[in-house]
Amino acid sequence: MRLKNRIIMSVVGLPAITLVILLILTSSLSLAAGFIQIKGSDTEVNAVQRMAEVYMQRYKGAAIAVTGGGSGVGIAAIINRTTDLANSSRAMKAQELRQAKANGVDPIGIVFAIDGLSVIANPANKVKTLTLDQIGQVYRGEIKNWSQVGGPNLPVTLYGRQPNSGTFIFFRETVVRGDYAQTMNQMNGNAQIVEAVKRDKGGIGYVGVGYVVDDKGKVTPGLKILNVAKDRNSKAVSPTDVKNIESGAYPIVRPLYQYFDKANRGKVDGFVGFELSPEGQNIISKQGFFPVTAEYRRYNARYGF
Amino acid sequence: MPGMVSKANKSPLPPFNKRGMRGDFKPGRFRWQKAKERLIASFFFFNGMVSIIILAGIFSLLFSEGLPAFKEIHFSDFLQSTWNPTSYVKATYGLGAIMVSTLMVTFGALLIAVPVGLACAAYLAEIASPRVREVLKPIIEILAGIPSVVLGFLGIVVVNPLIARAFGIPNGLNALNGCILLAIMSLPTIISLSEDAIAAVPKTHKDASLALGASRWQTLVRVTIPSALSGIIASIMLGMGRAIGETMTVLMATGNAQAMPHSFLDAVRTMTATIAIELGEVPFGSAHYHALFVIGFVLFVMTFLVNLVSDIILQKYQEVEQ
Repeated sequence: MRLKNRIIMSVVGLPAITLVILLILTSSLSLAAGFIQIKGSDTEVNAVQRMAEVYMQRYKGAAIAVTGGGSGVGIAAIINRTTDLANSSRAMKAQELRQAKANGVDPIGIVFAIDGLSVIANPANKVKTLTLDQIGQVYRGEIKNWSQVGGPNLPVTLYGRQPNSGTFIFFRETVVRGDYAQTMNQMNGNAQIVEAVKRDKGGIGYVGVGYVVDDKGKVTPGLKILNVAKDRNSKAVSPTDVKNIESGAYPIVRPLYQYFDKANRGKVDGFVGFELSPEGQNIISKQGFFPVTAEYRRYNARYGF
Repeated sequence: MPGMVSKANKSPLPPFNKRGMRGDFKPGRFRWQKAKERLIASFFFFNGMVSIIILAGIFSLLFSEGLPAFKEIHFSDFLQSTWNPTSYVKATYGLGAIMVSTLMVTFGALLIAVPVGLACAAYLAEIASPRVREVLKPIIEILAGIPSVVLGFLGIVVVNPLIARAFGIPNGLNALNGCILLAIMSLPTIISLSEDAIAAVPKTHKDASLALGASRWQTLVRVTIPSALSGIIASIMLGMGRAIGETMTVLMATGNAQAMPHSFLDAVRTMTATIAIELGEVPFGSAHYHALFVIGFVLFVMTFLVNLVSDIILQKYQEVEQ
């Protein structure tokens, strides 16, 4: 009898106890004052993670968790209040802002870095420059062979991101301006595109500059960053040079955003301020992105940053 | 109460009381015991029902969340080939390409896994010495425990360049890659259950065959395997169920192109991968959101049918056994 009782006790009791412990743990975690949850863009995740590490060393007691998942994931999380800061490599869409308002969230976006999107190819491919228009044609599937843009007789393999990626949307709106060719391989993140193009002589891909350039400005071995020209009359320039970004000569540039709820500002104020400080901007440069340009510094100033 | 009996046997018996019973039993205690037993029985019954309730819940959720999609999307739109709800030009909701992709990857995986799995099962059941079997079986079962994301990684780093080199194509992120990885995933199920089925064939069948002058190979192929066929088919169906619903591996290794695949060397995007990629970013309550549940529903029906068929076959097989 006793034994049976004990078994029943443990069958019912153990899960109950675990549940209680879990509840206590999770509630204490979310109650901790300094805990900041950051979610979203895979492009931004490494740089933000690095800044969070430095910030946490500097301010004992601060706890920051950074995860990726894509800009769409971050924005969905800010709308549903499951994150404090949303990393997004694109601005929030009007529809998303409406949804946020309907949920009682008032999202404020700041720009903490500038990203040059680099178009990459295999070093075995002798093509060095493309115009914006040509890249669009390639990704729409109108140019199918490298020989059409002065390269070897080699079929083009398209590599791109998946629709939950801010980079996917940004590149489509600014470069492709149409639907991607259906034959494009939709890769799961920047790193996979890099790996694929390294292995594929006819491959072309687009990734954040931070993913293909190390902190000394050297391009990842086994890859080539194509110089891009705005149109046929402009000079093709490389995104690895800060001057081309600041002058606007490099055409595929985008601001990197972070969104937070206005009511939640007190919690994230310190960290966002650190990101925009000279020290934070220095880390951003080391991660292969570019410091916030004057245009976006004015944009941030509207919110007092 | 087996526990009671053993206890009573060990200790000297207590004397009979007035009611002609031994020990300190009281009628009230019996009643409480019965009530308790009934309580416990109903507790376990409830536990048994939980899985049925969850299944019915998932089914009704998929159905009710998928149904609103038909308000905005015509049924015939789902029959088109291309799935591109976030299109720059015009959203399309065709299930053709993703269904073909899922079926290609699943059946391709079975084409690889069935011969290999069957051969391995036959070897384990008929030829391997008990020692070898004791070592091999647990190892094969460990294979089932490899996380799918690890296999997906292997698909990118190992299988991808191998396929590219073998077929002289620019990259190996295609249906074939997915087939190979899913074959590896479904092998443990197929081997383990087929081996059980083959080992369960009565020895007398084989003895009779051998006595009639058949070779060991003839006995295996014409007597043992046909006798175990229902068990083997059930194992294949279960392996297929595993392959059809797998997400992470195919998401990583098959290239995820939207185009209708024409060969196993084309990149494919399966139904599971489509849901996994898009559900995270889709605006809640939109046509696209509900359309993803339609995919989920179709996938659920597909796996349900596979499991149902395997269950029916397994049932038959057990009847034959008895």
